[in-house]
Amino acid sequence: MKEFALIFRTSTDNEFKPSPAQMQDILTSWTNWMGGIAAKNRLIDKGTRLGIAGSKTLAPGNVVTDGPYTEIKEFINGVMYIRAENIDEAVELAKGCPMLNGGGKVEIRPLVTSDNFS
Amino acid sequence: MIQELYRKEYGKMVTVICSRFGIAYIDEAEDIVSDTFLSAAETWGMNGIPSNPVAWLYAVARNNALNYLKHDKVFQRRVKKDLVQDSQRSFEMDIDLSDQNITDSQLRMLFAICHPSIPVEAQISLALRVLCGFTIDEIAQALLTSKGNINKRLFRAKDKLRTEDKEIAFPNDSEISARLDTVLLCLYLLFNEGYYSANPDKVLRKDFCLEAMRLTWLLVNHPPTAIPRVYALMALMCFQASRFDARISDSGELVLYEDQDISRWDQELIDRGGSFFVKASGMGEVSKYHLEAAIAWWHTHKADERVKWENILRLYNQLLMLEYSPMAALNRAYAFFRVYGREKAIAEAEGLQQLSGNLFYHSLLGELYTGVDDEKARRHILRALELAGSPEERAVLEKKLNGHCSKKENHGKPG
Repeated sequence: MKEFALIFRTSTDNEFKPSPAQMQDILTSWTNWMGGIAAKNRLIDKGTRLGIAGSKTLAPGNVVTDGPYTEIKEFINGVMYIRAENIDEAVELAKGCPMLNGGGKVEIRPLVTSDNFS
Repeated sequence: MIQELYRKEYGKMVTVICSRFGIAYIDEAEDIVSDTFLSAAETWGMNGIPSNPVAWLYAVARNNALNYLKHDKVFQRRVKKDLVQDSQRSFEMDIDLSDQNITDSQLRMLFAICHPSIPVEAQISLALRVLCGFTIDEIAQALLTSKGNINKRLFRAKDKLRTEDKEIAFPNDSEISARLDTVLLCLYLLFNEGYYSANPDKVLRKDFCLEAMRLTWLLVNHPPTAIPRVYALMALMCFQASRFDARISDSGELVLYEDQDISRWDQELIDRGGSFFVKASGMGEVSKYHLEAAIAWWHTHKADERVKWENILRLYNQLLMLEYSPMAALNRAYAFFRVYGREKAIAEAEGLQQLSGNLFYHSLLGELYTGVDDEKARRHILRALELAGSPEERAVLEKKLNGHCSKKENHGKPG
């Protein structure tokens, strides 16, 4: 069994202001999706969601800018850890991630461990 | 009469004597108490039952224990030496069978038995034998295994306790939290053995549940262990036990949740569970016992079906994220069905390939496919029947299979 990180990327905020009912739906779809991975005994760690407001980026030369590090208006807003037989299964597990509904992306990265240096 | 007393008093006397002697003497303590019951059977048979049988048993057990001490050479050398230095009086030692000392001894014994070095199934057998006074026969019957197996488990566990010469002492404050988790797991599994066992002996199963609750109650009443997850486990047991009479018919047949007579749910236990749950909450701690208690609470509760199952699904999601278990994964898939319907739940359940050797995996899929793909439903129920161990489990599945066939006929009828 290999270990993978799922990294959630999304683009800088659009005008999306969800209603409480929509927020509830978003919450439910996240717990259902993560619960589904856990039900397959594939969840290692729920990981953390990463805040955007109040973040800063430090660059060489102690240059501090406001906000998260972004590339082409895209930033990382969370990470979680799963296990899977191989990368294909990891991709299958990532499918259904609610991130994808909001135009975000999920990056699937193998963890570098003592038996995996790739 | 003697049988009832045995169940109620055997464990108390063994733990008190064992606490006094040291855990290395667990077999001796059991022998002393067994001898006591034997002399009770003989004496009472001849002279009639004394007015206070418990006091009689305690007095005889105390005498037998003290006699044993006088005659055991090893014990004399090890213990008496220290005592003699204290005083020149002849060796005396009391066996304190007061309520308080019984409670303290049982708590200490519970922690001694639930030592991480002893496998959990041996912990359960040992607790059932030494703390709860079930016979080897009863334990083997309830755990659906042989007497030989139980004896082997007990022998190894006692050997471990003896060789490591575990002190029957309460763990200190820094240890208590870590050790408590082993104790709680043992009590949780002990309760489940009674609640989910496929054994048809309803009385015995209920006794297992009640004993697990009695021991958890000791922890609740002991301030250092009266912490949120202990209250949560107590609440869980109350909520579950409230349906005990409704979920098993008098003939020992399992009654499915949907078919239960709600008037047989024990409202008093539900209320007590509720007040334990309040004490479990509010400290910010969310253990698996909290989540399971919350799931159990929704089951004891008439509510809008949609709201109820959405909440149960959410709680199973959280529970699985905290700790994977096959039963939680299957129950989550069932909750998924109740919220989102068969098709979506089938996709979730089919994803649980790791459970394809599990009876409940197939009975769940049999249920989900009914009306969607009846041939597949039939195949899963038949597979479940192959995996079913007890006649009770088979009876439920056969009912399903027959119901399923008659439904199929109905579908075929026009109109």
